[in-house]
Amino acid sequence: MTKDGARTILADVMERFLGVACKRLPDDVYAKLRECAQGETSPLQRAVYESYFENLRLAQQLDRPCCQDTGLLHFYIRCGADFPYIGVVESALGQAVARATASAPLRPNAVDFFTERNTGDNTGERMPWLHWDILPEGNQLEICVYFAGAGCSLPGRAQVFKPSDGYGAVVRYVFDAVSGLALNACPPLIVGVGLGHNIENAGVLSKMACLRPLGSANPHPRGAKLERDLLAGLNSLGVGAQGLPGNRIAMEVHVESSARHTATIAAAVNVSCYTHRRGFITFREDMTYSQSSYKGVEL
Amino acid sequence: MKKILTVPIRDEDIDGLRAGDVIYLTGTIATGRDDVHRRVVAEGMQSPFDLRGGVIFHAGPIVRRTPAGNELVAVGPTSSVRMEAFQAGFIEKTGVRVIIGKGGMGPATAQACRQFKAVHCVAMGGCAVSAASQVEAIQDCFWPELGMPECMWVLRVREFGPLVVSIDAHGGDLFAATRADIAGRREACQGPIVDSVKNYMVVD
Ligand code: SF4
Repeated sequence: MTKDGARTILADVMERFLGVACKRLPDDVYAKLRECAQGETSPLQRAVYESYFENLRLAQQLDRPCCQDTGLLHFYIRCGADFPYIGVVESALGQAVARATASAPLRPNAVDFFTERNTGDNTGERMPWLHWDILPEGNQLEICVYFAGAGCSLPGRAQVFKPSDGYGAVVRYVFDAVSGLALNACPPLIVGVGLGHNIENAGVLSKMACLRPLGSANPHPRGAKLERDLLAGLNSLGVGAQGLPGNRIAMEVHVESSARHTATIAAAVNVSCYTHRRGFITFREDMTYSQSSYKGVEL
Repeated sequence: MKKILTVPIRDEDIDGLRAGDVIYLTGTIATGRDDVHRRVVAEGMQSPFDLRGGVIFHAGPIVRRTPAGNELVAVGPTSSVRMEAFQAGFIEKTGVRVIIGKGGMGPATAQACRQFKAVHCVAMGGCAVSAASQVEAIQDCFWPELGMPECMWVLRVREFGPLVVSIDAHGGDLFAATRADIAGRREACQGPIVDSVKNYMVVD
């Protein structure tokens, strides 16, 4: 296949994938949302969840984005070093975003700095946002797409602590973020915590934590315990869906880490709203593909 | 029974509302978020739509341009707290009576609601298709150069809601109460976790 041929396929398939991913929740998120609804008993919380599920049903029926804030498009890419079309990926994803903005349709949210003009098609300076991991082995292209809305981006934060502040500072920092602006971020939330040594490395890890499949746990027993404890602790704050009184402010807490500098502890918190629009799709070297986020959906 | 208010909103409508009440709106409302508020308050521009007794909706819709005209695809509230810096001035200058958004606002807005008889309500965040189905028509679009999310869309709505009154004109503030609640509970929730990681700095 020529490079142009591969670019055309990638752009077409991704345009359709974006069209699906903005209109429904991934299977794991939908199931978790059902579980959270079971944990709420007050009439107000029940009414909120009824609205959530009714809206998701209508979005399917009318083929429309479930939330008007379709965000900015982030692509977290894991590309095998032997995938033959690595050079077309960036341009194809840009095309897919611009075309999906018209066809899905998505709300045009991208504004370039200094000109302060909305670009009209969700592309712009360094947008869509691409994060690359090159895998030393393999010939596949794995893409995780995420629709980064404003309400769920606003509570994000990162800070570097001194070792004497210890892990306790991280715990308090997570509570700061979630009990502050995150109330407005359409709970129940997925809370991603990144632990590293400076702000951008912790920030990227906090995003990867958000994107991890639900039900997965940090590989270290202490990390996994911290995830469970933070979830239980946050969910005893007395806040539920939409930041109104209730029992479930969070669906899950995920922690991702890298080694840290011996003299710093960096923490970042990223939250995702209940419309956690995140989808996984994999392309093989012949440009055939499969997606695992939406069972039974053909693109 | 559904409590339905009709725009324009009168003094006695506002007087009768308390934080926590659930209402619906029928009539004409306008969207406005960061840029509209900045223009009216910081740049001193006149609101292009008369908001006296009116409703401002913190929202940026998805609108599809079709040969038959503009079609409202999805619309829903955005975080109201972003407008806090301008909201009090906006209420004073425009005479708007109902602000619809998502999440709480700050003390300056609450004060302006008391002083000028206005309320802040929250709509269901992330329920954009349901909300769009309650909009009968797009009546107008002002300041299009601000882009689709930021410009002012004038919408005719019917039984638009449910809206939960979050700040009333009598000092009631739902989210301020929640924040105070959280502040009271927080140490009990996080303390045991802070304790449990005390020895995590010890070499394993
Ligand atoms: S926080 Fe999420 S669900 Fe809520 S309005 Fe923003 S994008 Fe939509």
